[in-house]
Amino acid sequence: MTDTIRRAQILDTELKRPELTSQLEETWKTERGLWGALSTVDHKIIGRRYITTAFVFLLLGGVLAMLIRLQLAGPEGRLIGPDRYNQIFTMHGANMMFLFAVPVMEAMGVYLVPLMVGTRNIAFPRLNAFSYWMFLAGGLVLWISFALDMGPDVGWFAYVPLSGPQYAPGKRADIWAQMITFTEVAALAVAVEIVVTVFKQRAPGMSLDRIPLFVWAMLVTSFVVIMAMPAIMVASTSLILDRLVGTHFFNPAEGGDVLLWQHLFWFFGHPEVYIIFIPAVGMVSTLVATFSRRPVFGYLPLVVALIGTGILAFGLWVHHMFTTGLPRLGESFFTASSMAIAIPSGVQIFCWIATLWEGRPVFKTPLLFVIGFIVTFVIGGLTGVMVASVPFDTQVHDTYFVVAHFHYVLIGGAVFPLLGAVYYWFPKFTGRMMSERLGRWAFWLIFTGFHATFFPMHILGLEGMPRRVYTYQPDLPWHGLNLFASASAIILAAGFFVFFIDVVMSARSGNPAGDNPWDAPTLEWATSSPPPAYNFAQIPVVSSANPLWEQPGALNVANGLHTDRREVVVTTITTAEPQARESSPQNCIWPLWTAIATSVMLVWSIFSPWAVVWGSIPIAITLIGWFWPKGTPEDEA
Amino acid sequence: MKRRIGTARLGLPLLLLLGGCDNWQSALEARGASAISLKHLIILIVAVCSVIWMLVMIAMIHALWRRRTAWRAPLDLVPPRERRLGWIVSICTGLTAVIILGFTVASFFTTRDISVAGQDDLTIRIGGLQWWWSVEYLDPDPSAGFVSANEIHIPTGRNVRLLLQGDDVIHSFWVPSLAGKQDLIPGRTNEITIRAERPGAYRGQCAEFCGLQHAHMGFLVTADTPEDFARWARAQRAPAANSADDEEIAAGRDVFMRKPCAGCHSIRGTQATGTSGPDLTHLASRAFIAAGLLPTSRGALAAWVADPQTLKPGNNMPLVPLTPDELRAMSAYLASLK
Repeated sequence: MTDTIRRAQILDTELKRPELTSQLEETWKTERGLWGALSTVDHKIIGRRYITTAFVFLLLGGVLAMLIRLQLAGPEGRLIGPDRYNQIFTMHGANMMFLFAVPVMEAMGVYLVPLMVGTRNIAFPRLNAFSYWMFLAGGLVLWISFALDMGPDVGWFAYVPLSGPQYAPGKRADIWAQMITFTEVAALAVAVEIVVTVFKQRAPGMSLDRIPLFVWAMLVTSFVVIMAMPAIMVASTSLILDRLVGTHFFNPAEGGDVLLWQHLFWFFGHPEVYIIFIPAVGMVSTLVATFSRRPVFGYLPLVVALIGTGILAFGLWVHHMFTTGLPRLGESFFTASSMAIAIPSGVQIFCWIATLWEGRPVFKTPLLFVIGFIVTFVIGGLTGVMVASVPFDTQVHDTYFVVAHFHYVLIGGAVFPLLGAVYYWFPKFTGRMMSERLGRWAFWLIFTGFHATFFPMHILGLEGMPRRVYTYQPDLPWHGLNLFASASAIILAAGFFVFFIDVVMSARSGNPAGDNPWDAPTLEWATSSPPPAYNFAQIPVVSSANPLWEQPGALNVANGLHTDRREVVVTTITTAEPQARESSPQNCIWPLWTAIATSVMLVWSIFSPWAVVWGSIPIAITLIGWFWPKGTPEDEA
Repeated sequence: MKRRIGTARLGLPLLLLLGGCDNWQSALEARGASAISLKHLIILIVAVCSVIWMLVMIAMIHALWRRRTAWRAPLDLVPPRERRLGWIVSICTGLTAVIILGFTVASFFTTRDISVAGQDDLTIRIGGLQWWWSVEYLDPDPSAGFVSANEIHIPTGRNVRLLLQGDDVIHSFWVPSLAGKQDLIPGRTNEITIRAERPGAYRGQCAEFCGLQHAHMGFLVTADTPEDFARWARAQRAPAANSADDEEIAAGRDVFMRKPCAGCHSIRGTQATGTSGPDLTHLASRAFIAAGLLPTSRGALAAWVADPQTLKPGNNMPLVPLTPDELRAMSAYLASLK
């Protein structure tokens, strides 16, 4: 006891460097072994796990995409029947959106935001652990159901009445709805952590105008998550209620409304696209600056564009419903608002090109992906303007034109920057560089494969080919382009294969990276690669938006934190002046137990409404265990 | 980089050319007034956007590969150049706003152009069902109305008002060569006006995912001259052909009435009055059976009746066991329903 009290009084000012780091290591470390792995709350370990899991889902979703292309390569394909095909395309969409794209962006934030703002752990670290376990459980539920031929088959959008009790018997639609709950709980948790981390845990001196653009992007994204996700949770819960206990939210025969579903779904569904896209543009801004060897042009307009995109995201959900017969005036409003999103997107493109123009581009793999992004995303953005026009949309809505459009936006607009970001931050994650040679191969294969696969789909759509068809008839002239797209998909898949090979090989035997291999300006490069458990031996103090360029030697540091218990600096929201020392919780196994109890309840509730009653008891018990004081020095602070 | 842009520039018109010919279900092969306006809008917007894309690409390529002056440190910026860039970015942003404003206005006028509905238009109620279309010609005189399925005939040169209703799940009515799509939503009635200037057949297909056989939910819109249309409508109004003197056909009718078929299908002039399947009164007068799946022929009808679940897996027509003789008679009867 006396020992604990004595230990809890050591400040970092009293220690010399080697002693300081060894003591911080002792305080912040994650124990070796399975128990340590299951109970860790280190944002870097959880972030890495999150990213890896999301990429595994990308791989699985990619396999489904290849099956789709195989089936559609020729007319009246007999490879996959309609029942399995509907599961496959639903799984492909749901998996890519809910288990890959959103989680991977959030996961990059989980790993990078605390490092970029110069703190030692994310806010609410145990919630962070809980979030990962929920995400993993949701993914497992979805994929195990699919393996058991119980995968959802109503599309990732699950329109009623097709997904309702009358037309979707069995449990497939319920599994879709409950998978939503899992992933939304996970995403909301991360969003809250990131908002608090960015607002309250920034390094002293990192005022609002010095926040790295990726961090700004994650902040805006987190707010969009917090405001958009409740709509889908209301929708999916109402759907489960319709299916399980016979409510009639969506049943027109009993006064319900089928369009209500579409409004709720797209009020979430459109911002969802920006939840994926905004982090990606944050990555682009980061990469453009580093590889142009100058600060990004137009920091302020870029921040305003991010915020503007986040706000506009909520004003254009109706453009997914242009063919449902809405009033003319409403259509015009949503045409204008949907097109208006081109303005913030345009500002960003112009600022990046201006940065490259005035900079000195260094053609490393991350920059290649940024260039690929600009080429591709501008096409996707322009086709987005096209589908924002109501009359234009009536010809292309629900056709392969839209399939092409959103793959241009999601792969070109989000996955290209993400791959660039992986090449860029991989040295920080692992301490090793990825291969420049394989990187170039991966880029060119993915870039050409992507365009050859998806560009023809614009034309297929205009030629009348609807989406979500498991086959098409030989008398329709779609065979040639479909075959071409399917063959090109092999090139695209080969590119991803090279990328995965590069990741695995570089993780094992890549060249050692050093702290700052790209000579980048932001704080995550001010510590070793990979960073120690405590991130920074001393908290950096920031006096510009590009601290490592401003002070190429050693950064100023703040001290006065305890080293023998987990502490972070809390700073003010606008100017980031130090306010307090706040303790940060130790590793803890209870988030895992809570996630397991919650998962059991959610899965059980697919089968019986009583699960909500009885299933909440174990959740309550695990939460009590979670919050019960553990007698650690952090509790006493 | 450069090579890629080259191919894209050559590739677009080439692909458009390849795809554009001889397609009776294509937004690019516009034959109806509304589809033609839409095609003009599509061409306008695509052309402007292509130019924008090329300009952005030129700017980016120049930014990447332009000649540089001496090396400078990352933070060593030149204020006048930064200011000038600020102006350029602002001007580009302003132009973006102007262009999207132009697109919005163009869209508004196109929509106004194609929403022409008159009270005296021919009115047809279209019902979407898993996975076929019910077609009901409405007439102020109820006895002049009639019901058909999966094939819509319209007179040329006249606006035709379609009332769209989803009878089970959501479907979407789309004949790209004539007009943009409109959804059929349970609990609502949507409207769309189509018009064809020249006689011809235009294929359409359900465009909203509606379950297992969404891929095989086609239909045909046939535009006839007003005279042909009147002749056709007169024939459709009549009850089913009665070829009582042909033994095989009579036997087939007998099988149809005895078996469960009559529980789901209607054949006017007989005791078959089911409504959950397509009306078969003039089945053999339509070009296709099973919602655009097979061209109508006696062989196709026999194959369909013999095994509907293999031809269109998951559809709602059950397999009704028939002896070979019964099947032969049945196909003769169905093929006689001109």
